[in-house]
Amino acid sequence: MTDATTDQLPGKLAPSGKNRRARTGVNTRAIVMGLYLIFLLLPIYWLLNMSLKTNFEILNSFTLWPLNLTLENYATILTDPAWYSGYINSLIYVVMNTVISLAVALPAAYAFSRYTFLGDKHLFFWLLTNRMAPPAVFALPFFQLYSSVGLFDTHIAVALAHCLFNVPLAVWILEGFMRGVPKEIDETAYIDGYSFPRFFVKIFMPLIASGIGVAAFFCFMFSWVELLLSRTLTTVDAKPIAAIMTRTQGAAGIDWGVLAAAGVLTIVPGALVIYFVRNYIAKGFALGRV
Amino acid sequence: MDKTPNQKAWFLVLPVLILVAFSAVIPLMTVVNYSVQDTFGNNEFFWAGLEWFRELLEDDRMWDALGRQLMFSGIILAIEVPLGILVALNMPKKGVWVSICLVLMSLPLLIPWNVVGTIWQIFGRVDIGLLGHTLAALGIDYNYTQDPFAAWVTVIVMDVWHWTSLVALLAYAGLQSIPDAYYQAAKIDQASRWKVFRYIELPKMAGVLMIAVLLRFMDSFMIYTEPFVVTGGGPGSTTTFLSIDLVKMALGQFDLGPAAAFSLMYFLVILLISWVFYTVMVNLDKRGT
Repeated sequence: MTDATTDQLPGKLAPSGKNRRARTGVNTRAIVMGLYLIFLLLPIYWLLNMSLKTNFEILNSFTLWPLNLTLENYATILTDPAWYSGYINSLIYVVMNTVISLAVALPAAYAFSRYTFLGDKHLFFWLLTNRMAPPAVFALPFFQLYSSVGLFDTHIAVALAHCLFNVPLAVWILEGFMRGVPKEIDETAYIDGYSFPRFFVKIFMPLIASGIGVAAFFCFMFSWVELLLSRTLTTVDAKPIAAIMTRTQGAAGIDWGVLAAAGVLTIVPGALVIYFVRNYIAKGFALGRV
Repeated sequence: MDKTPNQKAWFLVLPVLILVAFSAVIPLMTVVNYSVQDTFGNNEFFWAGLEWFRELLEDDRMWDALGRQLMFSGIILAIEVPLGILVALNMPKKGVWVSICLVLMSLPLLIPWNVVGTIWQIFGRVDIGLLGHTLAALGIDYNYTQDPFAAWVTVIVMDVWHWTSLVALLAYAGLQSIPDAYYQAAKIDQASRWKVFRYIELPKMAGVLMIAVLLRFMDSFMIYTEPFVVTGGGPGSTTTFLSIDLVKMALGQFDLGPAAAFSLMYFLVILLISWVFYTVMVNLDKRGT
């Protein structure tokens, strides 16, 4: 319908939408966008700037860029086990959480996208309510639950706790992507004699590969940025980098340079993978509903 | 798409149910349990009925925190939604700049929340931060650890910095779905820029904007880490939001009963408001398709 109207319009009118913008808006457009990006990047630049300075320079002179460029702060973090073990711990429970979340969410999302069953709509909303639950409410009960089953201060405890908000998220995102796959494909596969597990792994999962990627990215991300639960559930062995960072205050005051370097290093994983999901990030944040 | 009725689909949902029951239902029942009991240590519990809830409703501390929380969520929604729409409308149309803008805009969303706090804690400091230093050089008295107003401004600007991109990305996704023919029709009718926005772009964005508002409301209502790192809830308790207050009560003072009652009320408030948003969202969805 819409395509037909486009075709019927006189040719000279077709690019007019763009011309209108180009005439009146290109400059304000660039200015608004530029200002916004500067607003976003300045604080990050400042953190990077500080991470490359010595503490002496940070505290005794105010410079817009490092005068004595040093990588000492990064060296401190990458050689001290008390620091870098935090990154390893974080990565371990984040990966565990992503795998668990996807493993349980995939079949559930398939059920929600293909079938109606008793209580499906209520169940779907109930899953979402877990995304609404404030982690602060769950901090104390989680602490007691995992202590009583002997999982306190283990990676799996944090991974399971983060399932609270990541499983519903994964189900929603995957359901959104699965809705886009025509049902005829399933039916054809069954007629061809595929069993459900074989069809799911061999045919269906490759079809929604991008959806799985996006869901994995969001599980990874929300587990990576969370602090309250991971800090409550760990003391030594599984302590995440985020919790280690909150205790940089030594006898000689805060070690600003190292703190800034640790901060920069936590931004790196997200920055590396974001390029791959840039076109899907809105869909992911919208819980698969764009 | 037409869905097939199939009760066996329950088996596919079962793993999620078991997992969520373990990680959500059991803890929630613990909270309910504590909220109606009193303890004097030694794992001895006594039935307290609705005592804690009554005390809580008469306690100014909770009402103050709730008031601050509502004000915070209100302010950041009022800033982030219009600003996000503005940014989305000004996104480049084509070419390599689209990718660059998308990646740069998403950057704050992927930073661990306590690092967001650290960034702004440093950025706002008068001695070593760019923002604090610049403001001081301009003669503006700004100290977020002492002055409640400065603390509020810092926390709000930080949240705007952190999450406006989310609204912008969603609004941008909504704008992308508008066919070019709509703009051409508007051009033929000689519609003004405002009318194009009001009658074409805004209605088309309504669905995603509802999601944005729902997400921003939910997350800002549970905010804990960022203001905790920057202000620690201070000066005094002027930036103590609900989560900060609750953690102080539950893990700091171990007041199990009152903290549990607080938790339940808190969860119910979020659930209620979110349910309203959700219903509106689903109805918009139905009308849209």
